[in-house]
Amino acid sequence: MLSKRIIACLDVRDGAVVKGVNFEGLRQAGDPAALARRYNEEGIDEIVVLDVTATIEKRKALADTIGAVAKEIFLPLCVGGGIKDESHADAAIEAGADKVSLNTAALARPELLTTLARRYGSQAVIVAIDAKRSNGGFQIYVRSGRQPTDRDAVEWAREAADRGAGEILLTSIDRDGTKRGFDCELTAAVSEAVPIPVIASGGAGSFDHFVDVFEAGKAHAALAASIFHYAEHAVRDLKRHLRDHGVPVRL
Amino acid sequence: MIALIDYGAGNLTSVRKALTHLGASFDTPAEPGDLARAEAVIVPGVGNFEATAALDTAWRTAIGGAIARGRPLLGICLGLQWLFDGSQEAPDQPGLGALPGRCTLIENAAADDANHGGGIFKVPHVGWNGLHGRRASWLLEGVGEGDQVYFTHSYAAPVTADCVGSTTYGVEFASVVERGHVVGAQFHPEKSGHVGLRILQNFLNRV
Repeated sequence: MLSKRIIACLDVRDGAVVKGVNFEGLRQAGDPAALARRYNEEGIDEIVVLDVTATIEKRKALADTIGAVAKEIFLPLCVGGGIKDESHADAAIEAGADKVSLNTAALARPELLTTLARRYGSQAVIVAIDAKRSNGGFQIYVRSGRQPTDRDAVEWAREAADRGAGEILLTSIDRDGTKRGFDCELTAAVSEAVPIPVIASGGAGSFDHFVDVFEAGKAHAALAASIFHYAEHAVRDLKRHLRDHGVPVRL
Repeated sequence: MIALIDYGAGNLTSVRKALTHLGASFDTPAEPGDLARAEAVIVPGVGNFEATAALDTAWRTAIGGAIARGRPLLGICLGLQWLFDGSQEAPDQPGLGALPGRCTLIENAAADDANHGGGIFKVPHVGWNGLHGRRASWLLEGVGEGDQVYFTHSYAAPVTADCVGSTTYGVEFASVVERGHVVGAQFHPEKSGHVGLRILQNFLNRV
């Protein structure tokens, strides 16, 4: 049986891991390569390196950080943040990423998804969507969650899949950093709309939140950052909890 | 020296990194003639079966020659599929034909449990899934029943006499094949943690 994936996100700025609350007030949390090594030992299924300030500061994710993390782990590695064109994606993949995650650039230039899917395969192309509840729907925000758009998350996820994206990384802006749990309604709405896997993100605060997002949220994978970074909970303890609640995991 | 074939189907960085980690010496042959010196061959690759068209007659002859000389060959992901006669993904493109059978699309089958979002087995099959041993295998030495490895693919090889390990995702498919010294893995051993590294080490031990 296919396992539900537990993904650790390393939000990186200037080569160090940080984690924000609602994308603001970033706190220092550690060295990306050291954290990746620890997660690997604890049994993490995948790692995402997100250059959180890349879009704002017009920088692409640092190849050095990607290379340092890739050297530590023999697991799938996704890189996102500031990937605007083919050359940025090429650089990330050349540095050791297996997948690239596109957010603002994909919305601005959706054909980029098709170009990259042809070049690297759909499995290498992740579309990151940051969504916020609004008037009964889920409104997309770009530029690290700071700029609203007129696009709906469910509708865009469907288009992204049609254009060649292989997975959706879906973040609830309302829940991100709050530890109040994933937005299961948002996750289920997108998961039911697309034929590709959905990674839920934003709001993980307890083990039960993961059970909820895999069951009610119909997520294929769940991503978190701070719940792992500060050693509040070991990845393995989380997986045991999931297994004990009937969720298939890799242990 | 192991010949790591680069035919433009996906990025080889992670395969190179894993081989380097295991202390293997390998090279990417520039032309088919370079395979005459190879002690073993690895055919990696992700993406569309159409991409294997880059492995033209000259390459096929050279790789077939290496097999005939008894050199171990490992196909990874698309590389495993290429070992077969062909694939539904690009019906006009012949595979190497070292193993009989054709690869087919994993159908979106109805799920029998609620753990698969949307009520279907989504395609591509992405993530960690278990290996079920079907018979003795040198490639799977030390790998336990149910050990999980990382997959990302939409097409899969049939369970035939060459299948030593299978995986079930709606349907059962061949995740590990082995015919003498010709072997293949549908998953990515270079991305499958310690289980994957063990499988790569088993291959290197045979070189």
